[in-house]
Amino acid sequence: MTTSTAFSPAVLDLDLAAETDRICDSIRAQSRDLKRRGVVLGLSGGIDSTVCAALAARALGANRVIGLFMPEEDSSPDSLELGQKVAAWLGIRSFVENITPLLEGAGCYRRRDEAIRTVVPEYTPHYKSKVVLPPATQGTYNISSIVVQSPEGVQQQKRLPLDAYLGIVAATNFKQRVRKMMEYYYADRFNYVVLGTPNRLEYDQGFFVKNGDGAADIKPIAHLYKTQVYKLAEYLDAPADIRRRPPTTDTYSLAQSQEEFYFALPYHQLDLCLYGYNHGVPADLVAPHINLKPADVELVYKDIRTKRTTTHYLHQGPLLVDPIDLTF
Amino acid sequence: MTTMQNEIRQFVIDNFLFGQSDRQLGNSDSFLESGIIDSTGVLELIAFIESKYEVSIADEELVPANLDSIDRVSAFVERKLQAKGAGVGR
Repeated sequence: MTTSTAFSPAVLDLDLAAETDRICDSIRAQSRDLKRRGVVLGLSGGIDSTVCAALAARALGANRVIGLFMPEEDSSPDSLELGQKVAAWLGIRSFVENITPLLEGAGCYRRRDEAIRTVVPEYTPHYKSKVVLPPATQGTYNISSIVVQSPEGVQQQKRLPLDAYLGIVAATNFKQRVRKMMEYYYADRFNYVVLGTPNRLEYDQGFFVKNGDGAADIKPIAHLYKTQVYKLAEYLDAPADIRRRPPTTDTYSLAQSQEEFYFALPYHQLDLCLYGYNHGVPADLVAPHINLKPADVELVYKDIRTKRTTTHYLHQGPLLVDPIDLTF
Repeated sequence: MTTMQNEIRQFVIDNFLFGQSDRQLGNSDSFLESGIIDSTGVLELIAFIESKYEVSIADEELVPANLDSIDRVSAFVERKLQAKGAGVGR
């Protein structure tokens, strides 16, 4: 461990070859222990799923990895195109499952739009929308706002009251849950494990939907900071346009970065803050490396704590009254 | 303790603690740090304040200094009501 006096961005440096071997060993051992013959994962065209697919292919062989593309009405066309590029690069099997009809059947879009109309009455399905948070350095509560854009391109932003917020989130979460349902279909069909693709920021800060993208049998990069995932992508020689693509949620119809939806800070800054927080590094040692004031880093530390508290529920499995012994 | 502090305390106990007031809740205790209220809970608290005291809370007022304890909420609402009474409120 680095001492706080020697803090620099180099704390996130990895022995990339050794780390790749370690993760591949783990994927092999875990798949074997779970008595499954391969890996299924959703490919979003993002850096995390790309690195996970490459690691799984390296660990088990490309013929034991299945990549799924699961576009829906609000997905960016880039996601499918880049995802297919990853599958072709690795030579893995892949399937396209358009999940729009399933989401329509569940009332995802209708319920979401009804909730939006409680704050923006003129909203129609022809509008685009996204949910955003204030910056972590603002020191306010993490209260979400909705941004809508009319077909004429006029944008407005409104703070979400309780019912509207819960309504939009509950409806939108169908997307992650339907995708996971589809991944488990393929996992059952081929006797494979489902691989979840969260990086450390997402896992630690609870940026996932419980029983949606949060569900998986193995999560091979959950211990890696996002900066490290990018380095691993380079080491694994992932396609350059995927390495250059900014992180996106690809959940709402308006383009939305992960920081405005959830993290409230770009990943390269948040990585160092989270590392600093985890290792007890004082804010004033972290601040100069990420162009923030020490007071701002203190606010980010506070936000890290708040998000851990708030999302504790997401990490919990079902709670029992009495523990049950399942030893075999 | 004022009536308003009592009302806020009762709301917090009923809504966040399922009516179980055995947990010590001081008037100055931080809702966030004591783990009683998370960010969704803040939305519930805002809805309660706006409806019960008929005040409107602006985005920039949504800070822990105004909302993170019984004392702070009560002082904040008092200020809002005074401003409203003086005709300068929202």
